[in-house]
Amino acid sequence: MGTWSVLRVFFNIIAFDELKTDYKNPIDQCNTLNPTVEKVKKIKRVKIALKLVLPEYLIHAFFCVMFLCAAEWLTLGLNMPLLAYHIWRYMSRPVMSGPGLYDPTTIMNADILAYCQKEGWCKLAFYLLSFFYYLYG
Amino acid sequence: TSRCPVQSRMEFPSGYGSHLPSYSVPSGHYSQVPSKAAASHLDNQYRASYYPTYYSAPAQNVMTPSVGTNVLNTQESQQLYNKTPAHTVGSAEGPIQGAISSASYLHTSAQQSYSAFGNHYSTSVSSSVASQGFPLNSDHYTMPMVSSAMYPNVSYPPVAAGRVYGQAFTSQTLPAVGQFKETNTFSSQSTSVPHSLQQHVPVGYNTTLTTISSAQSIQDSLCRNLTGSVAKVNNQINRGGIDSSQPVHSVSQSVLFTKPGAGTSASSAVISSVRTPAPSLSSQARSSPSVTQSSELGLQEGTKREWEVTVQTSQLTLNYFPPPAIDSSSTTSSASPVLNNYDALEGGGYPETRSMTSSPVPAPSVPQTSKASKPFGYGYPTLQPGYQNAAPPAPVQPNNPGHHPGFQHYPQQYPGVNQLSSSLGGLSLQHSQQPESLRPVNLTQDRNILPVSSVPAPVPNLNSDLRKLNCSPDSFRCTLTNIPQTQALLNKAKLPLGLLLHPFRDLTQLPVITSSTIVRCRSCRTYINPFVSFIDQRRWKCNLCYRVNDVPEEFMYNPLTRSYGEPHKRPEVQNSTVEFIASSDYMLRPPQPAVYLFVLDVSHNAVEAGYLTIVCQSLLENLDKLPGDSRTRIGFITFDSTVQFYNLQEGLSQPQMLIVSDIDDIFLPTPDSLLVNLHESKELIKDLLNALPNMFTNTRETHSALGPALQAAFKLMSPTGGRISVFQTQLPSLGAGLLHSREDPNQRSSTKVVQHLGPATDFYKKLALDCSGQQTAVDLFLLSSQYSDLASLACMSKYSAGCIYYYPSFHRSHNPAQAEKLQKDLKRYLTRKIGFEAVMRIRCTKGLSIHTFHGNFFVRSTDLLSLANVNPDAGFAVQMSIEESLTDTSLVCFQTALLYTSSKGERRIRVHTLCLPVVSSLADVYAGADVQAVVCLLANMAVDRSVSSSLSDARDALVNAVVDSLAAYMSTASNLQQSMLIAPNSLKLFPLYILALLKQKAFRTGTSTRLDDRVYAMCQMKSQPLVHLMKMIHPNLYRIDKLIDESTIHVNDRVVPQPPLQKLSAEKLTREGAFLMDCGSIFFFLNNALSSERTRSFISWLRDSRPLSPVLQVIKDENPAKTDFFQHLIEDRTEAAFSYYEFLLNIQQQICK
Repeated sequence: MGTWSVLRVFFNIIAFDELKTDYKNPIDQCNTLNPTVEKVKKIKRVKIALKLVLPEYLIHAFFCVMFLCAAEWLTLGLNMPLLAYHIWRYMSRPVMSGPGLYDPTTIMNADILAYCQKEGWCKLAFYLLSFFYYLYG
Repeated sequence: TSRCPVQSRMEFPSGYGSHLPSYSVPSGHYSQVPSKAAASHLDNQYRASYYPTYYSAPAQNVMTPSVGTNVLNTQESQQLYNKTPAHTVGSAEGPIQGAISSASYLHTSAQQSYSAFGNHYSTSVSSSVASQGFPLNSDHYTMPMVSSAMYPNVSYPPVAAGRVYGQAFTSQTLPAVGQFKETNTFSSQSTSVPHSLQQHVPVGYNTTLTTISSAQSIQDSLCRNLTGSVAKVNNQINRGGIDSSQPVHSVSQSVLFTKPGAGTSASSAVISSVRTPAPSLSSQARSSPSVTQSSELGLQEGTKREWEVTVQTSQLTLNYFPPPAIDSSSTTSSASPVLNNYDALEGGGYPETRSMTSSPVPAPSVPQTSKASKPFGYGYPTLQPGYQNAAPPAPVQPNNPGHHPGFQHYPQQYPGVNQLSSSLGGLSLQHSQQPESLRPVNLTQDRNILPVSSVPAPVPNLNSDLRKLNCSPDSFRCTLTNIPQTQALLNKAKLPLGLLLHPFRDLTQLPVITSSTIVRCRSCRTYINPFVSFIDQRRWKCNLCYRVNDVPEEFMYNPLTRSYGEPHKRPEVQNSTVEFIASSDYMLRPPQPAVYLFVLDVSHNAVEAGYLTIVCQSLLENLDKLPGDSRTRIGFITFDSTVQFYNLQEGLSQPQMLIVSDIDDIFLPTPDSLLVNLHESKELIKDLLNALPNMFTNTRETHSALGPALQAAFKLMSPTGGRISVFQTQLPSLGAGLLHSREDPNQRSSTKVVQHLGPATDFYKKLALDCSGQQTAVDLFLLSSQYSDLASLACMSKYSAGCIYYYPSFHRSHNPAQAEKLQKDLKRYLTRKIGFEAVMRIRCTKGLSIHTFHGNFFVRSTDLLSLANVNPDAGFAVQMSIEESLTDTSLVCFQTALLYTSSKGERRIRVHTLCLPVVSSLADVYAGADVQAVVCLLANMAVDRSVSSSLSDARDALVNAVVDSLAAYMSTASNLQQSMLIAPNSLKLFPLYILALLKQKAFRTGTSTRLDDRVYAMCQMKSQPLVHLMKMIHPNLYRIDKLIDESTIHVNDRVVPQPPLQKLSAEKLTREGAFLMDCGSIFFFLNNALSSERTRSFISWLRDSRPLSPVLQVIKDENPAKTDFFQHLIEDRTEAAFSYYEFLLNIQQQICK
């Protein structure tokens, strides 16, 4: 779980960072050479990263169930807040017919972008810590 | 059901197929970054793949029609007459399934009606299709290619150009009979005048047409059932010229669209056999008048052009333009500031100005030229603005030709210039501005705070030369005209920082620059603007990122003064609002034609409301004024519980309705003949518009399948992009995107929670995003009497950069005010300018960053808005934040660049640049506050807040904005007494405006407000430009019975009295006085007194000053307008809300807390 989650969150952070710093890249050689291809690739990358949200939530929930079965109360306790947060986050997502969390029309809003980025960093820290905790604990 | 999906309908010939993927990648994706690689890529596409895919694909479709078409052919025959549900027809059609070869089908169908001619029939099919494939497209191709090739070409020597054109038009051997029609790419260049002779000749079209009709008469006139391909050919005729010997068959369908009552339920076979001899006559008759008509048009066109040429040449002489001959031999670029000609070039705008098409009167040219020359007569500051800061201490040197005095001392001073200018700036601030805008105003005591006339925009505190160059506040405004140095200072001021944009507004003067290279910063891609600094003659420093760039060789030549070495006198550097004609670097596909699709609700409810008559009437009246060129296309879709398409292919004798009842899986019956060329099918379009209002009079269909109709519209539009106008009268109740009523009428006046401000489904949002990706905007006209969930429906326009109109309780006869409003709105809507496939980028000085955008668009990147359409009535708001402190600069700049395709198929970039000073003290920040901009930005933020959080949150936030900012101001001014409510003069209207906002339909509570009304008000706040929004928030009230001569202005030799603004309070109203309330789109009259001459001139002046002529409503006893009127008196107390004075006391109380 650890590796997966870490990877996922890492992707996510990169994605948001790409979204945010999109225009700030000064004269990017490859950008000027081939703007369309580069841009399309970037959009695809961001899309893929954002699609990984649901698997992450499911895996996290699955591990929580595993901890419950194994009666790892302490670990479960540590993971409960995140699980609750995930549930809340998914409940309060924008109106959407399909699965997903991010709305393409609001994601560029600076507040939301900053929030998502911060969320990404916090989760990265949490997953990294729990990765080592599971490994050695 | 049995039909081939659209995708599988054809095999492309190999040449096409290979290019297809290359097109699909960049579609909908525009980059402003020009690059060689992209350009060459583009050229390839341009040449090979774009048109073949678009224009030949339909032809293929004729070859192998899917069963869908088959179904329709019979469907229409039965449905039109019998009104049997289509699914039964579909099942009856069942045996014909899969890929039936077109020939065989056509044989069989032909044999039904004209059995003898079956043989002939199939041969003609193949010949016409084959001829349509390559030669036409390649013909068409050369023309745009020439234009794009011409741009990089440095000069336009007449001989060389002639050769280029000659080659391009060899296939077009028709003589130019003096009616030359310029392709638009060239028309704005003054140098292109000599070229225009070799251009695209509409005459060609006419002649071909005649040959066609003659050929037709010789040819067998009975090959008639061929719908698609022929008019396709005709479509191509005016694009590129056509081999006229080619046999072309005009088509008249065997089954005709009949006006109600005319068609009985006789079997279709009978009808068609009866009509067999008729079509040859009718199509003949029809085609010959059209020939004469269009040749007439051509003549007019020719005179118009000639006339324009005279204007241009006179401009040339007046404006020191090099005569074309000289120019072509020596220049590297041509920058032609085309001013009033702009409208003629651009199309749209005010159609009245373009009326020379019908009346080529040379008289107007005189005022026009004089007007056009005016800006050049103005003394532009001799010094480049960048130097002006440093200029006063410097000795003024004689102006050497070719070398500017400023350059000599500038390099030495360069590092210190910022400090110097900032100290100068600070100095001037203390002397000039402080007394007035910072003068404390005691709000609770000073009751007459409204200015005499309209509230002016504050002028940024810049030195006079920069001020003169700065962008007009009408198109570009900042909430704080003095930008705080740090975010901390901004936070302290408690005022929002943001921009209010009206980028595409109608301008009377706009320098249009045609240049082979558009000079931009290499690093941040900023366009060169008046606020850059020239370090020396060869280098300029970007004012946004401070990178030093080279001045290109071509830029050294100034076409205005015909001098070399004065880059700072180029029009780009002398105007903060300019428009560039973009080269092919700025396009990813050839500029799209103007394409308009109308999607009309024809359910029982809609027919009952009677809007169709108005819409069709306005369309008929304005059909010729629709912005566009010869490629303009138009189409119609109507829907109730089924979706009806209209085949308007040229050659049909009547429009033909195709009904698709399979709304769960919508498809296009004949994709190539639903969007037709406006000019070629004009008669059919007129027929349809005349017939449409009466066609559905007896309908019993109450359902509305809006979602499927929109899906169909999207499919129809996606190859080209364009504008979809949707007219809807009720809650969509069928198919995808159906909605349920969410409004509880008992909650309308609730003071607590207002729910359902957000969308119920994301169907419309997704659709809008798809549309936006295909450069299609959806405009919504909602004319409903009941709740129709505008909150959900509005999404289709919000994210596709469309616009929303709402007419509550619309009824043509019962509610004449709304009907009149619709009529006027439509007139403006149909004739106003339009920009297609647009993107807008907002750049700002390093250190500032964009926080949030407000308006109708899709945000594609942190600073890039994707606008499928842009219209002159669209406004945008941008919230900014200060990321890095701005201590090392004294000026900040904002630049918006709007890249769009004009309705004439030109790619243009409109650039606005605003320059503002940076200040470090809180007092200065308050001094520069622009209260109207602040209020508009707050309104936008409050809308977001009420959707994402709740309405009461938004209201609290609005009140807190006043409380916090006034409290912060009072804490800075320590000498003020705390017991009074003091505001700086710049913000004295702030509480009043906020109170007005709180009493707006969007944010009010306690007063009964329908959910749709509320949501519409919110939509307006997000998408209206500042001027309109302010009228909506705080209307102007005038007393118009006793107009005096004292304060008058003179407009065009007319004396216009300027009555003072009245407070919006009933105390100002008297029984004997007459009053006028100007709410932007509506004028309310109380005690009508239009008798006086002065009053009339004042009102007509008010009406002339806006694009949309307002609806006049006279308040009589107890009509609904009366409630509206009194709701606008925001200073008065209502049962649910404070009066102004109470509101002030409330604020004071909160400040003291």
